[in-house]
Amino acid sequence: MADRARGGIAAARLSPQEAEAGFADLHPPLDRRAAAVAADRCYFCYDAPCIAACPTGIDIPLFIRQIAGGRPEEAAKTIFDQNILGGICARVCPTEDLCEGACVREEAEGKPVEIGLLQRHATDSLMAAPQHPYRRAPDSGKRIAVVGAGPAGLACAHRLALHGHAITLYETRHKPGGLNEFGIAAYKATGGFAQAEVDWITAIGGITLETGRRLGADLTLEALRDSFDAVFLGLGLEGVNALTAEGAELEGVADAVGFIAELRQAEDLTALPVGRDVVVIGGGMTAIDAAVQARLLGARSVTIAYRRGRARMGASRYEQDLATSRGVRILCNLRPVAVHGTDAATEIELARTVETGAGLVDTGEHLRLPADQVFKAIGQRLVLEGGPAQRGGRIAADAHGRTSIEGVWAGGDCVSAGDDLTVWAAAQGRDAAEDIHASLMRAEAQPTGARIAEAARGIAAAPRGAMTALDRRQT
Amino acid sequence: MADLTTTFAGIRSPNPFWLASAPPTDKEYNVRRAFEAGWGGVVWKTLGAEGPPVVNVNGPRYGAIYGPDRRLMGLNNIELITDRPLEVNLEEMTRVKADYPDRALIASIMVPCEEDAWRAILPRVAETGADGIELNFGCPHGMSERGMGSAVGQVPEYIEMVTRWCKRYYDRPVIVKLTPNITDIRGPAQAARNGGADAVSLINTINSITSVDLDSLSPEPSIDGKGSHGGYCGPAVKPIALSMVSDIARAEGTRGMPISGIGGITTWRDAAEFLVLGCGSVQVCTAAMTYGFRVVEEMKAGLSAWMDEKGYASVAEVTGRAVPNVTDWQYLNLNYVTKARIDEDLCIKCGRCYAACEDTSHQAIAMSADRRFEVIDAECVACNLCVDVCPVEDCITMTRLAPGEVDARTGKVVTADYANWTSHPNNPAVTATAAE
Ligand SMILES: Cc1cc2nc3c(=O)[nH]c(=O)nc-3n(C[C@H](O)[C@H](O)[C@H](O)COP(=O)(O)OP(=O)(O)OC[C@H]3O[C@@H](n4cnc5c(N)ncnc54)[C@H](O)[C@@H]3O)c2cc1C
Ligand SMILES: Cc1cc2nc3c(=O)[nH]c(=O)nc-3n(C[C@H](O)[C@H](O)[C@H](O)COP(=O)(O)O)c2cc1C
Ligand code: SF4
Repeated sequence: MADRARGGIAAARLSPQEAEAGFADLHPPLDRRAAAVAADRCYFCYDAPCIAACPTGIDIPLFIRQIAGGRPEEAAKTIFDQNILGGICARVCPTEDLCEGACVREEAEGKPVEIGLLQRHATDSLMAAPQHPYRRAPDSGKRIAVVGAGPAGLACAHRLALHGHAITLYETRHKPGGLNEFGIAAYKATGGFAQAEVDWITAIGGITLETGRRLGADLTLEALRDSFDAVFLGLGLEGVNALTAEGAELEGVADAVGFIAELRQAEDLTALPVGRDVVVIGGGMTAIDAAVQARLLGARSVTIAYRRGRARMGASRYEQDLATSRGVRILCNLRPVAVHGTDAATEIELARTVETGAGLVDTGEHLRLPADQVFKAIGQRLVLEGGPAQRGGRIAADAHGRTSIEGVWAGGDCVSAGDDLTVWAAAQGRDAAEDIHASLMRAEAQPTGARIAEAARGIAAAPRGAMTALDRRQT
Repeated sequence: MADLTTTFAGIRSPNPFWLASAPPTDKEYNVRRAFEAGWGGVVWKTLGAEGPPVVNVNGPRYGAIYGPDRRLMGLNNIELITDRPLEVNLEEMTRVKADYPDRALIASIMVPCEEDAWRAILPRVAETGADGIELNFGCPHGMSERGMGSAVGQVPEYIEMVTRWCKRYYDRPVIVKLTPNITDIRGPAQAARNGGADAVSLINTINSITSVDLDSLSPEPSIDGKGSHGGYCGPAVKPIALSMVSDIARAEGTRGMPISGIGGITTWRDAAEFLVLGCGSVQVCTAAMTYGFRVVEEMKAGLSAWMDEKGYASVAEVTGRAVPNVTDWQYLNLNYVTKARIDEDLCIKCGRCYAACEDTSHQAIAMSADRRFEVIDAECVACNLCVDVCPVEDCITMTRLAPGEVDARTGKVVTADYANWTSHPNNPAVTATAAE
């Protein structure tokens, strides 16, 4: 029997029906007609700002026009040519901060073209087609090791395969997909999408996936460099930052990412235990996702406690609103000082803070909240012994993805450049692949249209912002 | 409240909104409901000669062109005239007219181009009590293959001849409905007048194929894999109809002849435009077929509100108001100089004006790196394309240069004087006259 009121950490707070409804697709897909109406709103802007706002540089107005023309499959090709992870990106990108935030109709009327949903409409239609749309070039004879089968590794492997190289994709977990499979909120990638996408991407051929293989355990960078022509590291951020509060070792205190990973792998969501009163420490996307999903599992109260002011939260306004609409309470300027309880957590003690010129300081006021479960969502960190030089705790890579070690490239969350988003990982994986290809084949670097990398790779910018009439008159 | 009562070629109706001869007016049931809904008049679906009625195709008879959100912009049909027996139509018309004496009821007729055929049908139509007749010289498909409809409307001599017969055998108003499938509408209109017509109505539908199915390669609407051209109507044809109406209103030989305007009328505004260009009544088909009879409510309320606003007391006062402003290109004022102005506060930075002007016009818009758009007066010819493609209303406007200002493009000082092509130095005719 579903029982919401039971104290402590317990399963079955919800009926299967309630769980199913809560974890359903956050944004149901557009049908053909709704897509036509949405596509019709695009102005086909000149040098469209939405393209510039997409880290992978997808030609958004073009793909929308292709949908309007009744060819969502062609639209999908436009998307995948730039970003082979266009399917997951359509679901998880914080579009309000990216393309849709830049859409001129956002400025005009606060209602941007629904680029994310249109992208999903297009990519879903092509991914449902029987054939993978790309053909691998004839075998180049080159072999490349890609470590980490998350978005960065997958984007890199696919682009390298496209050029005819042979890739071995090493993944420490028993399943590929990285955070698409273990991190993204369940309601953003429903129906086993992450695994289906991996299968679809690797269907190009030339990619051998080896799960349960770990760099730093059974694999060493030296050995990989010896036996492959190039190595790409897409390791993500496996470690979680420690909570320096008294009682942090009590039962009931856990990592948010671990909780989410468990949730994402659960066969039966009602079997998953969750606290009655949950407090999530942090202010980013992970905190939001852990809090919302804890609520969806039936937690009676869920509170996000963030140490700084609301404006500083890493999660977008849209994400914050999503959380509050699901009944999550967001409290700001509160820093955890102690978790109380005898064996297991029962309460959390928080200190009120204020931002001053000298940084964040306590006001002296303390507050206690009931908490039988506390999730830490205070940042992830790179786990890597040795290897390439680091900057700010992550691998230092240039705009090509090149690291301090010859023949070793890196991209995604594990490098210091860019934002920790799926779409950035896709862009960096792709661009590193282009650079690996160019350097192995001594070929000309090809433009990818990305907002990152292009200039550094010595490729003239895309025709955007071409000479204006004024420039011309001045020459 | 402005008075919408209309007297058109002697035919009275409580408002100028009539339903055009088409499926909405094909039978008593429809027409009664249309009158209940408030239509001022109807032109009954075209009657044919006595005997076995025509047959229609048994597959689809309409094709469509859509705007955004499946808004019907153009409709095409391959329907023929009424496929119900003449007697049935006449009986129904008699009953309806008796019950709605204040509404206009016009009989549309199409019979072979023979005097006997017309002599036979006209007395029977007269018996119904109908207020007048409309001669269908416009149907461009099917009937035209049989020497009727637009096959008559395309030959002015036939129009004149048939109109004459009608005036001889029928003593109420005769309206001639014109086909637009012709190069100069003034010829057929003049022929109607010469034949003694009391009025003309236009336009009938335009020859068209709306689309081709790219799998079956059949034109739409497809009948067993084949298609035939049909008649095009709906909002898309309005500009063509307005132009033809104004031609007739202006032509010396037809000026002042009552015109019933037809073609794409969907709102009161469309109707008002037809009226000011010379129409005394308007007829509606596609809008009613798309939205039902109730659309007349918006038309009546809107027209009357606009007339009140402008201080026009009657429909007759509105008719033809804009005709003096329709002129030939050669008389347009070449000293009227405007420049595009972009309102930076309203601009949403889509860059469509830039793309349009840069790629297809006069390279007269400058775009800065931060997406500010500015008109280069020295290049702007005031073509209006930027205004037309801008998605924001009133963001780009055309501003007139005041006399005394210098047009940066030509370097000339703008004058307040009117001057047109007929006296322009580049006009070879002017040079020829000067040389003489
Ligand atoms: C809870 C959560 C929610 C998120 N939600 C969003 C969202 O909604 N939208 C969005 O755009 N982004 C979101 N992100 C961020 C996004 O998931 C990441 O930016 C993205 O997955 C980074 O891709 P990656 O390939 O660099 O790393 P990962 O996805 O982390 O993949 C790295 C892979 O490498 C493997 N690996 C690591 N170390 C080794 C090793 N030593 N040997 C072999 N394999 C190894 C890992 O097992 C993993 O499979 C979210 C992140 C989290 C944690
Ligand atoms: C502003 C404008 C000017 C045009 N000028 C000419 C012209 O000088 N000569 C010509 O043959 N057609 C001219 N056309 C017609 C076009 O060539 C074309 O036939 C017409 O626009 C229909 O095509 P479209 O609507 O598919 O673009 C012009 C069209 C436009 C819009
Ligand atoms: S900014 Fe918006 S309207 Fe402009 S091209 Fe992009 S999606 Fe279309």
